Amino acid sequence: MAWTKNVLRVNLEAGTCTTEPLNMQWAQDYLGQRGLATKYLVSEIDPKVDPFSPKNKLIFVTGPLTATMAATGGRYSVVTKGPLTGAIACSNSGGYFGAELKFAGWDMVIFEGASPKPVYLLINDGKAELVDAAHLWGKTVWETEETIKTQHQDPQIRVAAIGRAGENRVLYAAIVNDLHRAAGRSGVGAVMGSKNLKAVAVRGTRTDAYQMANPEAFFAATEAGKKVLAANGVTGQGLPTYGTQVLMNVINELGALPTRNHRDVQFEGAHDISGEAMHEKRPTDGKANLVTNGACFGCTIACGRISRMDPGHFSVKDKPQYHGASGGVEYEAAWALGAANGVNDLEALTYANFLCNEDGFDPITFGATVGAAMELYEMGVLTEQEVGFKLPFGSTEAMVKLAELTAKGEGFGKIMGLGSKRLCTKYGHPELSMTVKSQEFPAYDGRALQGMGLAYATNNRGACHLRGYMVSPEVLGIPVKMEPQATEGKPAMLKAFQDLTAVVDSAGICLFTTFAWGLSDIQSQIQAACEGDWSEERLLLVGERIWNLEREFNLAAGFTAKDDNLPPRLMKEPAKTGPQKGAVSKLDIMLPEYYQLRGWTKEGVPTAETRSRLGV
Amino acid sequence: MQKSLHIDPNKCTGCLQCEMACSWENHRSFTIAKSRIKVFTFHHEGRFVPYTCTQCDEAWCMTACPVDAIRLDPVTGAKIVLEPTCVGCKVCTIACPFGTINYVASSGKVQKCDLCGGEPACAKACPTGAITYVDADWTGLGKMRQWAGKTDTNPATV
Repeated sequence: MAWTKNVLRVNLEAGTCTTEPLNMQWAQDYLGQRGLATKYLVSEIDPKVDPFSPKNKLIFVTGPLTATMAATGGRYSVVTKGPLTGAIACSNSGGYFGAELKFAGWDMVIFEGASPKPVYLLINDGKAELVDAAHLWGKTVWETEETIKTQHQDPQIRVAAIGRAGENRVLYAAIVNDLHRAAGRSGVGAVMGSKNLKAVAVRGTRTDAYQMANPEAFFAATEAGKKVLAANGVTGQGLPTYGTQVLMNVINELGALPTRNHRDVQFEGAHDISGEAMHEKRPTDGKANLVTNGACFGCTIACGRISRMDPGHFSVKDKPQYHGASGGVEYEAAWALGAANGVNDLEALTYANFLCNEDGFDPITFGATVGAAMELYEMGVLTEQEVGFKLPFGSTEAMVKLAELTAKGEGFGKIMGLGSKRLCTKYGHPELSMTVKSQEFPAYDGRALQGMGLAYATNNRGACHLRGYMVSPEVLGIPVKMEPQATEGKPAMLKAFQDLTAVVDSAGICLFTTFAWGLSDIQSQIQAACEGDWSEERLLLVGERIWNLEREFNLAAGFTAKDDNLPPRLMKEPAKTGPQKGAVSKLDIMLPEYYQLRGWTKEGVPTAETRSRLGV
Repeated sequence: MQKSLHIDPNKCTGCLQCEMACSWENHRSFTIAKSRIKVFTFHHEGRFVPYTCTQCDEAWCMTACPVDAIRLDPVTGAKIVLEPTCVGCKVCTIACPFGTINYVASSGKVQKCDLCGGEPACAKACPTGAITYVDADWTGLGKMRQWAGKTDTNPATV
């Protein structure tokens, strides 16, 4: 019984915190974390609600393996209706916060309504209260965490907070916990800001928060799992050494690195911003950007990057607060802040990444929006007068300046805070926004990798890499090698990945385990932790159920098959260079097959039979 | 051979597997708040440092205890708290120069590392080798070897 079976319901309008038992039937059907919170959200809100309305809800949720010795068992998610996309938003984070929430005795916290004034939620095991946050409003995430710990004289409190971006409703604002881990995408931080909720601070010390169904079997299963991770080349060597940045040179050489707003598929400066470069000594001060690798709670992979900037770099020269070590660039951030706009200055990328953590905004959408703005500028649509400075592709100074303005919500930063879809639409070129469902692509070109293109188009939370990582088969050969340009077998592989990913997320572990773990490795841990019979077949059915529930929410919110699409650039403009030269997306070939495999109509709607099979 | 816990902070990633293992061993729960080993994060230095009792030979905690509730395990060398005898006076927590013996409010007793009877769960759980259980007389062996490897054994040339 790896659930705490307790839900904390916080009514921000009334200022009340109440406890209710977890719906165990739903836990059996949706497992936990992403799936379970989605079930609660879908059952409690109108899909057509304005994301910033008090009627939208915001759910922090852990999984049955969160706060356990299962490797990577520290994940929590934030689920809400997202303001960037208008679709279901579910953003997953690591660090230590999620485990602390569960040790305090909570599977999930549901926030409803909006507070009349800024508050933060303070949880001390079973005790929860809303505390005035007037003194924290306007502060960064970093200042907020430090102030809360000092104020309560407890350095062991874990904090998840929004920065100024969330307060200013930047549509891709993140919720940042433990200073540099983030529920990063889809603007969950902006919803938190709209509710006047500055932070959630937790201290969890209960030994009876939850019980394992079969402790001895669980121990054995987690030990076996850790051995598999250690022995695997990706999780045992590549990720600890280079982090996700192990991919930068690989993806570039494959001609799948979107560059300058997807005009190009290879970046001449890729090496300068790569994982390898983070290890190299800087000519300026003789030190490497990377200080060490760091783990999230319970993680035996430890892919996290801890970086220290060159204190002499122009961006931080007179700003000692950025001279210490902090969360460095992961692959997606390095791509977005760098290749997506042609910037190859690793130190500048690190600084912008620090700002994203400090004030809580998604570096992927931000960086991609910079790329879009630079293209509009080069076309002459966006002028120096409007922006306040020159904005050509490759301008390090401009990227840094835009990050600062977006963090503070000043000047052109206000427009940047809308994301590329609204930016490009405002200037008459919506086709230049590299998005699906208004959310920006991450670091893999959807033309160069056909399966990733399909993954983006069909993703329930808009373009992202974390819901069906077709890079695994198309680049890494996991579990089988698939040629990037092939379409055969891709819809079936994607469906399997999407369903499996939903299971992994909902268990409360990290997706990166699946470079090494198969379903059986995960199944044995869930089986030992949770009551009931959790066969592999049942888990995949749970994953499929979750995927369809998210889909149903989006359909009810007004999305249609027309939104399962890619920008014209990926459909019509061939890749210019590299091994995938000449490629355009073959989405039209793959999508009908995908719908069919999903048991959906040609309009992308689950059939009555599918609905009844899944019980959605 | 007497063994001792050996900590190499450079290898620590802050995953807290050791804290969960410790809590599980002693409380049958993964609750890190109950762990006797703590990993400290020095965020702005990019350092993670596991820290626990080093089992002093002349243990201040043992000497200070007025009821003889802290005893030496002759096999492992660990200083062990006898819970039934401990009265929760906390004098040991004041005496210990390192802070590695602490009061547990829920039990009314103190707790400290007891080396798990010679099979420390933290060392077993550590995925990076930051915490090992090695020959007490040779905790420096790894570092010696590292430096030995750097010694220039080529004859000097004129």
